[in-house]
Amino acid sequence: MQPADPRLTMPDQAPFTEIELGGKLDALLNPVLSSRRTVAPLAHALAPLDRVLQEYALYWVEVIARTNYEMAYQFAAAAPDALRQLDASAAEAWIIQAMDRYDRDGLHHGSEVFKHHSDFVTRAGSEHAIGYEEAARVIEHFICGLSERRMKIDTAPVVWTDTNTLYLPPRIAVGTSRAQNFLLYKIIATLLWAQSRYGTFNADLEAAVQKHADPARALEWLNYLETVRLEARIARVLPGLARDMETWREPPRSGDLRGERLAMLHAPGASVHDSITLLDTLPLTESAPRRAWMGLLRPADAAVARAERLALEKSALQAALAALLNEQMQSTQTPPDGSQEGNTESTAGFEAKALTTPDGEAEVQLTLGGKPITAPDLVRNLLDSIVHDVGEIPADYLTPADATVTGQYDDAAETVAPEENLLYYDEWDHQRRHYRKQWCALRELDVPPGDNAFVEATLKKYAPQVTQLRRSFELLRGEDRLLKRVRHGDDIDLDAVIAAYADMRSGSEFTDRLFIKRHKAERNLAVMFMVDMSGSTKGWINEAEREALVLLSEALEILGDRYAIYGFSGMTRKRCEIFRVKRFDEPYASAVQQRIAGIAPQDYTRMGVAIRHLTALLEQVDARTKLLITLSDGKPDDYSDNYRGEYGIEDTRQALLEAHRAGIKPFCITIDREARDYLPHMYGAVNWTLVDDVARLPLKVADIYRRLTT
Amino acid sequence: MKKFIGAVSAAVLQPEARLIEREPYYEPIGDEIALFEAAYASQIPLLLKGPTGCGKTRFMEYIAWKLQRPLITVSCHDDLTASDLVGRYLITNNETVWIDGPLAHAVRIGGICYLDEIVEARKDTTVVIHPLADDRRVLPMEKHGELLRAPKEFVLAMSYNPGYQSVLKELKQSTRQRFIAIEFNYPSDALETRIVITESGLDLANTARLLKLAHMTRNLKGNGLDEGASTRLLVHAAKLMRRGIAPRAACRGAIAEALTDDAEMLRAIDELASSIF
Repeated sequence: MQPADPRLTMPDQAPFTEIELGGKLDALLNPVLSSRRTVAPLAHALAPLDRVLQEYALYWVEVIARTNYEMAYQFAAAAPDALRQLDASAAEAWIIQAMDRYDRDGLHHGSEVFKHHSDFVTRAGSEHAIGYEEAARVIEHFICGLSERRMKIDTAPVVWTDTNTLYLPPRIAVGTSRAQNFLLYKIIATLLWAQSRYGTFNADLEAAVQKHADPARALEWLNYLETVRLEARIARVLPGLARDMETWREPPRSGDLRGERLAMLHAPGASVHDSITLLDTLPLTESAPRRAWMGLLRPADAAVARAERLALEKSALQAALAALLNEQMQSTQTPPDGSQEGNTESTAGFEAKALTTPDGEAEVQLTLGGKPITAPDLVRNLLDSIVHDVGEIPADYLTPADATVTGQYDDAAETVAPEENLLYYDEWDHQRRHYRKQWCALRELDVPPGDNAFVEATLKKYAPQVTQLRRSFELLRGEDRLLKRVRHGDDIDLDAVIAAYADMRSGSEFTDRLFIKRHKAERNLAVMFMVDMSGSTKGWINEAEREALVLLSEALEILGDRYAIYGFSGMTRKRCEIFRVKRFDEPYASAVQQRIAGIAPQDYTRMGVAIRHLTALLEQVDARTKLLITLSDGKPDDYSDNYRGEYGIEDTRQALLEAHRAGIKPFCITIDREARDYLPHMYGAVNWTLVDDVARLPLKVADIYRRLTT
Repeated sequence: MKKFIGAVSAAVLQPEARLIEREPYYEPIGDEIALFEAAYASQIPLLLKGPTGCGKTRFMEYIAWKLQRPLITVSCHDDLTASDLVGRYLITNNETVWIDGPLAHAVRIGGICYLDEIVEARKDTTVVIHPLADDRRVLPMEKHGELLRAPKEFVLAMSYNPGYQSVLKELKQSTRQRFIAIEFNYPSDALETRIVITESGLDLANTARLLKLAHMTRNLKGNGLDEGASTRLLVHAAKLMRRGIAPRAACRGAIAEALTDDAEMLRAIDELASSIF
């Protein structure tokens, strides 16, 4: 179990004294203390607090110290002030945000969050506060629905967007009700989306504000003008949301611009250039008005993101157009010898006109040689995205790429280039009671083929048992069965008819059960075997595992169940590895057999990430029943970081719960005699079994599988 | 038995009477009518592809009306056996009597047999249509000892939704390569607007908003939704709104709840709808 949050318990005790606190902190923070840096000031600051708050601070110092001692020190330094000002949920949001930043960006950024706890201080009504986690999924779906272009969403202390990612506040508490706070999330997200969708960064904002005496203030005003322009745009596109925004609108202040000056921003076709023009006419003597949903503009960052995206989209579009041209030429049956020539000739053929519809939306019409053509979805999306960024389609974007580079287009279409196929998975930190985002980097590898003769040797070794095994699995196989004497069926049951006639003659009732029905008991089942390839399996455990897989595959081939086999291992969260032995769609042939033979002990057992990855694979399979069976020799464990013990067990348990939610039934076969102490907590009381004699593992596994699936 | 007030009885149609008398409302989205007419003249069967609710069944009704042939629709399911399509012996009055299945019946009367969602049928069942779907155009009825040759009026059509990502629900090549395929997709904005207005009578402004919502749900396809809102759902929502249901409630009932059960996705679609209306 997780340690109880001391803030929830109410010890009716006197506060710790400064000396007591000093002793506790000294023990917790020892590695980062020195003769110049002692716990005395920390203890002094914590001493006046209530016992509850002291316990809360000590609890988190302990939890954070397990991740990083310096972070724990920074927390202890900031805690006395922060805990006085923040309520329970705000304090938690503060700590989690800091730890997330630490996980992602390192010590410096993490401790920055600890120092700026005032960002989390909220005014009255904070009991209605909403943390981003609560709103996240709805907001993500919402933005995904709004935008044709995929946008990422993340939290940050400052609200802004680089046009690829929307950065939202980690917590909103200014509203007087939860509904209002949620609405504010929605409005902030929509406005950031609108900045990207309606081209706030389509002009050189940097240059525009540098012309002014005070560029910072000019940027502030530009931000305000853009907000006004986008609000008008939103009012046209999303009138319902605009109405909701009205409820937030504060009364106009003296600094606000008069309506007539802003009128040009309300026009349907208004663009960022209008905002800049207007900016040049303003005196900029006062600071710009603010709105509750206004973030910051960061033109430099946005320009970088935009340029990168445009470069990617340009090459993707050129490649897609080349493919399109090819297709068009084939369908019009250009003679093959003319294709070379035709290619260069028709490059001029693509033209794209950005038409503006009455409500200011842009629509792209693609023509080839003057004739309009229907573009495939991919091309259409690219054209739309480019028009949103540039306002038109520049001519050079429409030059189809050389046929030679067409092959690259698939990669280019992915906006994010994957780093050597690394997959990132969250991990559950039971002490923080939150996920560590994108914490584990996982790579899928093939098992190097092993000894060809291994499978043969195993089958020979277990020859008598294999025969028996086959027979028992054949019995299990869903054969076509004929159901006789049923009311509806494919054919007449002649025996039944004759009997019924006889019955009728003898005066009894004529039955209506006269048909035969062919009934196929289908085993609609997919099973994933997750094999422990940690270093501790070295020797006879590894051999037993491999033998078990051979016998199991024999049995499953008879049964016709779909199955896959993957091994897992790794060292630290940065190198988690999944080894393919057999994919679902792969036949059990010599390549698979060699890979089974090639399964060799590797490093450690970081189970959570492996379960998450295999769950994702299993989710792609269509089957009524999905099983995830783990062959394991012990507890989850990993090198150096604190995965061993409770953390690993809790993360594994969380990963299994996720699998369960995805409709997958996890089961564990273990040879660890101490399994009773932790496996029931992870897998549940009945979903595991212990094979205490390793020598019997090969035969037992098939047997257990049979029991499990009947 | 006392009849309750306003008792009604559903119309019972004999297959021969499954003629469509009034012209169904149909907006061509491409050259599908010309394509069909050419295929009909050449006696080639038809495969309609496309997501649900984009007009496949309406298209069949339209051509049935145009040709003035009875339309016999079979909704396929995974228990559909070959004899369900071809026919079987039944016992009545101490006799066994052969009863044609819908497919055999359609062949006999030269009607249009439309197999809806053919991938749902068992694989061995789909094979029954093979001799009927190539240039032989015959339906062997083994049990009955008959070989039915299809008259030139007979049309075989089936529909199929390629959007299913299921490995189990793929159409076999030997089946699909016997057909002329027509793809149906969401109509263009202008066309879809016209369809929704004609079907429901909703005003233009609200229809435009409904369409905007439809696009948003189509953006969500693959990101939590299996399918975006189809034209049919838009028509449903429009009809509710036409009857005075508030737009948000109409969108929730006709679109959001019809698309998903996921609470957060429902909420998100709700939020989108309330942003638009």
